[in-house]
Amino acid sequence: MTRKNRLVVVGNGMAGARFVADLIDRGGADKYDIVMYGDEPYGNYNRILLSNVLAKTQDPKDIFINPLQWYAEQEVTLHAGTRVVAIDRRARRVLADNGSEQRYDTLVLATGSTPFVPPFAGLAGEDGQYKKGLFVFRTLDDCEGITEFAKTSRKAAVIGGGLLGLEAARGIQELGVEEVHVIHLTSHLMEMQLDATGGGLLKDSLEGMGFRIHLEKSTREIMGNGRVTGLRFSDGTMLDSDLVVIAVGIRPNIDLAQRAGLSTVRGILVGDDLQTVDDPRIYALGECVEHRGNTYGLVAPLWDQARVLAERLTGLRPDAVYTGSRVATKLKVMGVDLSVMGNPVKQEGDEEISYVEQSRGVYKKVLIRDGRVAGAILLGETSRSAHLLQLFDRGQDAPESRSDLLFPAASDGSQSLESLPDDHQICNCNGVSKGQLVGAVEKGCRSLKSLCDATRAGTGCGSCRSQVEGILELATDGDTEEDPSIHYYVPGVPLSKPDLVAAIRKRGLRSVSAVFAELAGGRDDPKSKMGLASLLKTIWGSEYVDQRDARFINDRVHANVQHDGTYSVVPGISGGVTSPDQLRKIADVADKYAVPMVKITGGQRIDLLGVRREQLPGVWRDLGMRSGHAYAKSVRTVKTCVGSEFCRFGLGYSTQLGVEMEERFKGLESPGKLKMGVAGCPRNCSEALVKDVGVVAVEGGRWEVYVGGAGGSHVRKADLLTVADSHEGVLRLSGRFIQYYRENANYLERTYSFVPRIGIERIRKIVVEDADGIGEELDAALQASVDDYSDPWLEATAPAHPAQFASTFSS
Amino acid sequence: MTSELNASGRRLGPLSKIPVGEGRTFIVDGVELAVFRTRNGDLFAVQSRCPHRGGLLADGLLGDGKIVCPLHGYTFELTSGQSLGQQPCESITTYSLEVTEEGDLLIDLQRASCAG
Ligand code: SRM
Ligand SMILES: Cc1cc2nc3c(=O)[nH]c(=O)nc-3n(C[C@H](O)[C@H](O)[C@H](O)COP(=O)(O)OP(=O)(O)OC[C@H]3O[C@@H](n4cnc5c(N)ncnc54)[C@H](O)[C@@H]3O)c2cc1C
Ligand code: SF4
Ligand code: FES
Repeated sequence: MTRKNRLVVVGNGMAGARFVADLIDRGGADKYDIVMYGDEPYGNYNRILLSNVLAKTQDPKDIFINPLQWYAEQEVTLHAGTRVVAIDRRARRVLADNGSEQRYDTLVLATGSTPFVPPFAGLAGEDGQYKKGLFVFRTLDDCEGITEFAKTSRKAAVIGGGLLGLEAARGIQELGVEEVHVIHLTSHLMEMQLDATGGGLLKDSLEGMGFRIHLEKSTREIMGNGRVTGLRFSDGTMLDSDLVVIAVGIRPNIDLAQRAGLSTVRGILVGDDLQTVDDPRIYALGECVEHRGNTYGLVAPLWDQARVLAERLTGLRPDAVYTGSRVATKLKVMGVDLSVMGNPVKQEGDEEISYVEQSRGVYKKVLIRDGRVAGAILLGETSRSAHLLQLFDRGQDAPESRSDLLFPAASDGSQSLESLPDDHQICNCNGVSKGQLVGAVEKGCRSLKSLCDATRAGTGCGSCRSQVEGILELATDGDTEEDPSIHYYVPGVPLSKPDLVAAIRKRGLRSVSAVFAELAGGRDDPKSKMGLASLLKTIWGSEYVDQRDARFINDRVHANVQHDGTYSVVPGISGGVTSPDQLRKIADVADKYAVPMVKITGGQRIDLLGVRREQLPGVWRDLGMRSGHAYAKSVRTVKTCVGSEFCRFGLGYSTQLGVEMEERFKGLESPGKLKMGVAGCPRNCSEALVKDVGVVAVEGGRWEVYVGGAGGSHVRKADLLTVADSHEGVLRLSGRFIQYYRENANYLERTYSFVPRIGIERIRKIVVEDADGIGEELDAALQASVDDYSDPWLEATAPAHPAQFASTFSS
Repeated sequence: MTSELNASGRRLGPLSKIPVGEGRTFIVDGVELAVFRTRNGDLFAVQSRCPHRGGLLADGLLGDGKIVCPLHGYTFELTSGQSLGQQPCESITTYSLEVTEEGDLLIDLQRASCAG
């Protein structure tokens, strides 16, 4: 075995520890011996939750993300309570304050930042230490110091009316201090995040809660002998107070890097590869870095950085880059709801939508730039924040009706979530009540994914997920976390779809087990198998190595499993057009096999229900029809109406076009089901406007092509993609759309989510106008899949293995 | 190793009856069992039906030492029989299983354990 590289990480805070955890998740322990240094004498805790600890809504022991034992289990050597004082770059070693030294092959700096303390007079007592009663607010120890001191304190002052200062103030009030003052330098609170209107309303709300807010006040001196007694301001006024917290900003910890000769400005300079600009063996991430001129003071950017660096250093994606983050903030201490996205300062050409309700302290403002949400403030009423955050994060098109941004649509009911009784059923598939969801949040679920996993809510048809998200927001007071796995294509492989596709191509992974072995550290997560199988088939076509155990039971036997373990058989009837011969055959088969139920489906074909597994090959052979693929994540049906052939209103041969479409696209695997419809006139009798692809004949021999419609658990009217002037045009454009969807949608993402996510404008540019120049590629890839079609029911005579259609029970 | 089981064990036939990475349902002495064979050669035997609504576990997706019920996705740990998730349903019964020198599966219905 080759010697492992030694990776040394300085800083065991949120960025350093997250990076190491991400690295280990990606198999990094095979490649590196990991040594960490942390100045604080603990494992890694969630710094964000210190506000809760201060406000006593959370116990210090509940905020640990990685307790000391985690490091031992992961074989990470942690020097807790040890500070690194120098880096010797030539000898590649770090020196610690306890005199020890450590060599490195790769060094990662994650030293975070320290509270900025302006040079006020009277900071220190005679002993040179901060006066008693004077604190900053950054660490668990600070938190404990403040808590202890507050017990005997009557009047407290917080210098700084930004996010952190206000949270400190709220915490101190919660600790029972009678009078809490906030001293702020500028003309409104939280000027980094809020505009004047928002800042003003926030001040009103806080004053309503008993805080004394002093604006445009500049502190000059901390008074008292050895112990704080008050503040003196530059306008000559004074304020008595026996507890003072300074929270005026942070400064990245760069001195260690500076002394080692690494370039710094405000932070340690790094490139998109997170490497320091001076030394290819040294990387940095977190609050201590400066990237493209930005330093960050929130955690979301650190998560992105940690992931990118872990991917690079494990070699999973050696070319991964970090290109910057869009930031959103939530003031999460109970009492005031505030959520801010991006920079909500209006720029030339921005469209501003706002709503003010003075009496309730409600203020909502959204800035729209190029049709997308560029920034937002929600104060006092944040029920739309999850929705807005999604639009903001993903850069999706804002809805045409701008009021939908600020207020929930009347029908989605989320406005009243708060008033719903606890026993109100939210998930109608799994019978999960509001009370159960709130209970799970109280037990620690903070992300939508963990809440759904824990309660099963939203895991059925999925239509309640936005309500579940709303309850999560309510129950956590907006302090939600994002589970990184929601960005993964499948839960068991930590890569987004584009990255996963690239890794699969690059390493030539042709089977599901090969993907697990190479990209998931050998863990064959069963819930990831189907998604991977579908993706690999789309990538490799006939070169795909098909492992049957990666398929869901329906796809193993090409029929839908029923609750009693029998199956349903739905033969393909293209366009819903059948014949007496076909019907006779179906009737004969139903008789011969004593099929318990024969049913006309909602997709214009016939379902034989209650067939036993060992009967399937016989049933198919006797039918002599192709599979209808009613069991697969693939093209299902093309519903048609009679159209020109017979209908007196018909404007186009809808049955003929429907049959052509189904014959061409039949059985194409896709991330989600694809259902289509063709209508002979705008009366739309085949419901084409609620299909994934819908086609409607209009006067003049033309066809409107719609995409992204749905009529199941989600109802969505499809968007008009284009108007085609021939059957051939419809086939070509809808085929191109289907291929684009196949290549870019997430697993199980139906077109009703995919189309709004990408935006119909963008899809039109790609599919119709070929703006990206990939049109021919898409057409060719689709054609290859079409040529590759083989009817799975042919396995009736050539089973994949002897047990494939064996009776369910064996003895 | 086999000796211990031979006394109370029941033969289920050759291992090859179960496709790699999949499971099959057996009925032995009136008891229904799901038997699994993983890609790396591990074998597991558990009760055949999911405690939730009776889904046939042998038809589920197998991997990482777990089985996912084909009907509604409840997931069980195969060694312990425990249901995963914070609000788990009942556990499933597990049985001892081994392969004889001739390559036959041998199950011991007496040695069932219930994670409780
Ligand atoms: C058989 C059929 C009901 C019927 O008796 O008519 C049916 C049966 C099932 N539907 Fe459906 N759906 C049937 C038409 C529909 C339609 C109507 C249509 O296709 O025109 C819809 C609404 C259209 C749509 O999808 O937008 C529909 C929306 C759903 C949904 C909701 C999908 C969504 O994301 O909104 C599910 C659940 C899912 O996919 O996760 C579902 C899932 C199912 C499953 C596959 C449930 C399952 O996982 O086992 C049912 C399989 C029963 C079986 O074994 O055959 N079925 N289902 C229909 C078969 C049509 C066909 O010929 O292929
Ligand atoms: C009270 C509070 C509330 C917050 N609330 C939010 C919020 O709601 N949302 C949000 O997004 N962000 C919030 N933040 C900001 C967030 O906590 C930081 O962005 C995040 O902690 C930065 O992570 P980091 O790893 O870069 O720095 P840190 O978490 O500070 O970690 C750096 C670690 O490195 C150690 N260290 C430094 N130098 C050395 C050395 N030379 N040798 C050894 N160890 C060293 C330090 O002791 C520290 O433990 C809050 C911060 C505070 C203090
Ligand atoms: S057929 Fe569709 S609507 Fe009817 S019970 Fe099954 S999934 Fe539900
Ligand atoms: S029957 Fe197994 S999950 Fe429902």
